[in-house]
Amino acid sequence: MQQTKRPGLQWGVILDALTPVVAALAALLVGAVMLMLLGANPVQAYLALVQGAFGSFNSLADTAVKATPLLFVALGICIAFRGGVINIGGEGQLVAGAVTATALALALPNLSGWVMIPLCMVVGFLSGAVWGGIAGVLKAYFNVNEILSTLMLNQIAVQSMNFLLRGPMLDPDQFDSASRIPQTARLPVFYDLPRWVPTRLHLGALIAVILAVLVYIFLWRTTIGYRIRAVGYNREASRYAGINVEAYMVLSLALSGAFAGLGGAVQVLGLNHRMFTDGSATGFTGSAGFNGIVAALFGQLHPIGSIPASFFFGALLVGANKLQRVMQVPAALITALNGLVVVFVVSSEIWRRRRARQRQLAQMEQAEAPKPPEVPTPVEVSHDR
Amino acid sequence: MIAELFSASVLIGIASSGVRLATPYLYAALGETLGQRSGVLNLGVEGQMLMGAYAGFYVTFVTGNPWLGLLAATAVGLLMGFAMAVISIRFQAEQGISGIGIYLFGLGMSELLFQTTLGTVETVRGFPAISIPLLEQSPSALVRAIDTIFLSHNILVYVAFALVPLLAFLLNKTTLGLRIRAVGQNPQAADTLGVSVERVRYFTVTLGGMLAGIAGASLSIGLLNVFQQNMTAGQGFIAVALVYFGGWRPFGVLAGALIFSLVNALQVWVQVLGIPIPSDVAVMMPYVLTILALVVAVQRVQQPAALSKVFERGEQ
Repeated sequence: MQQTKRPGLQWGVILDALTPVVAALAALLVGAVMLMLLGANPVQAYLALVQGAFGSFNSLADTAVKATPLLFVALGICIAFRGGVINIGGEGQLVAGAVTATALALALPNLSGWVMIPLCMVVGFLSGAVWGGIAGVLKAYFNVNEILSTLMLNQIAVQSMNFLLRGPMLDPDQFDSASRIPQTARLPVFYDLPRWVPTRLHLGALIAVILAVLVYIFLWRTTIGYRIRAVGYNREASRYAGINVEAYMVLSLALSGAFAGLGGAVQVLGLNHRMFTDGSATGFTGSAGFNGIVAALFGQLHPIGSIPASFFFGALLVGANKLQRVMQVPAALITALNGLVVVFVVSSEIWRRRRARQRQLAQMEQAEAPKPPEVPTPVEVSHDR
Repeated sequence: MIAELFSASVLIGIASSGVRLATPYLYAALGETLGQRSGVLNLGVEGQMLMGAYAGFYVTFVTGNPWLGLLAATAVGLLMGFAMAVISIRFQAEQGISGIGIYLFGLGMSELLFQTTLGTVETVRGFPAISIPLLEQSPSALVRAIDTIFLSHNILVYVAFALVPLLAFLLNKTTLGLRIRAVGQNPQAADTLGVSVERVRYFTVTLGGMLAGIAGASLSIGLLNVFQQNMTAGQGFIAVALVYFGGWRPFGVLAGALIFSLVNALQVWVQVLGIPIPSDVAVMMPYVLTILALVVAVQRVQQPAALSKVFERGEQ
């Protein structure tokens, strides 16, 4: 019981936390090269990006608004990945949550906001859960790879959305106009989430942050959360310990989808106040379903870590618009850059794993080194009985 | 109107476009099959296709020569494949995620390049259809039908179909194929026997990326002769699913690709004929079909045992 603190351990923790940051910086460096090839001064470009994201109170608020759906998706990703399942279906789950919440709000336009806003969120949460849960059931009971099923479910959600928005849910005003933009009517104003008035910042951002804390407590301080992580850590050992592994895999994917679905509902209630489509998922989600994965990874698959990580990627997205306006660099650069960040961050994991292994080896050596003198005391064995 | 769908000329038309539309799926999914048989799951196919589609289109647009475009698409696909190989082999990254990174990179990069170099949607003269006049003017309706369905396409279509037996032969009858399968099934054993797991995987993943690049080109300078942002619209992801669907066998992949493209072709014709099935519902069908097929297929065949698992010497 005489645990001595080894200085190496502390450094290891710091290095572990820094690794993804260094990896992201490396990705930004490659981005700088790309900017130079595009004929833009990278220093100027990144300054424009930073200014666009943090330059004024308004832009800060916009960054938070962009970060909100990322954080919702990232929370779900934390649960899924900790549970040992991969959820690439954020796009479809966002859409599922948003469409059902919109449909409900449009169907019942005469209720109080106090009733309707929470109700819409619950419905968004549940439909996301169903959409993720399908992949979970397919994985747990039919052995279908969840990466594939979530990708297919994305497409199915998008086509369902297109069908609903062009037909049954089409804005009545669009019937008359020849353009027929595929969108729903605007939701009643009293269903809007409270907003910090001069800006676009809405209550959803705060909800996401609170939920991040709750997800942390759920994963690390409750039995169910513990079991989710146990299944993710070692499926066979968990089964041996009596955990219903299949049920927990379904639960991980369902919860993962639920948070994305809630994110979709919040996006409608807080920001867009209607659903619209450009034919693909991206029109509504802005690729938040994928970028949320990036944010979660960057936040070390930790709900609390996901908060600053989402904010960072929200900033990139907002800054990208400024970049496009000021320097005529297409905002698509940021999508490419996000891809590079993913690649660099997951590649940098190798050093973290190596350090972890070294630490393990060191611990094993330490545990063995002082042991020899203790060995000739077999008396302890008889202590118990 | 439904009756129109079953007239001979329409059915021939559907079959013909079905064969043609299978091309990008075939290239991409056959490349993915190689990678997965060696144990690497490459989810970045979609991004690699987009980059190939752009490179092929742009070079063809500038030079007017689709062969040079094809060369560019091949080179770009090769590079993207090599990148995926380095990430998953040298850096042992989680393949389900790093593939998404490759996808996002390809998606953003191809759009970025499109906007800076082209700006608007242009068209090119891609690979022309190769027609056989003797068959076209044949008096027999059956011969003419066969000609339209199978022999009225551009060169990329034929090569795609020729690749199927070629890859099946490579995988099942050659030493290299044995090595690929061994590395995907039991890398430790293969390593013990002196097969370089890494080298085999570098080869398959790079080649897979190259085929994905060609898959993109088969769209942008073969089938459609345009480039637009995100023009693959999920076909690369479908290709990955087709590999599972086909049970990791080239001929299985061919069957899957044909079913998929025929449903697509049918849906296009349904719209052309104005049959009142909502097009969105029709477009959805292939995806539902894939999920159902996966449920059935996965029960039947085992995936390569080492798929998406990192190999490290001396570890079990």
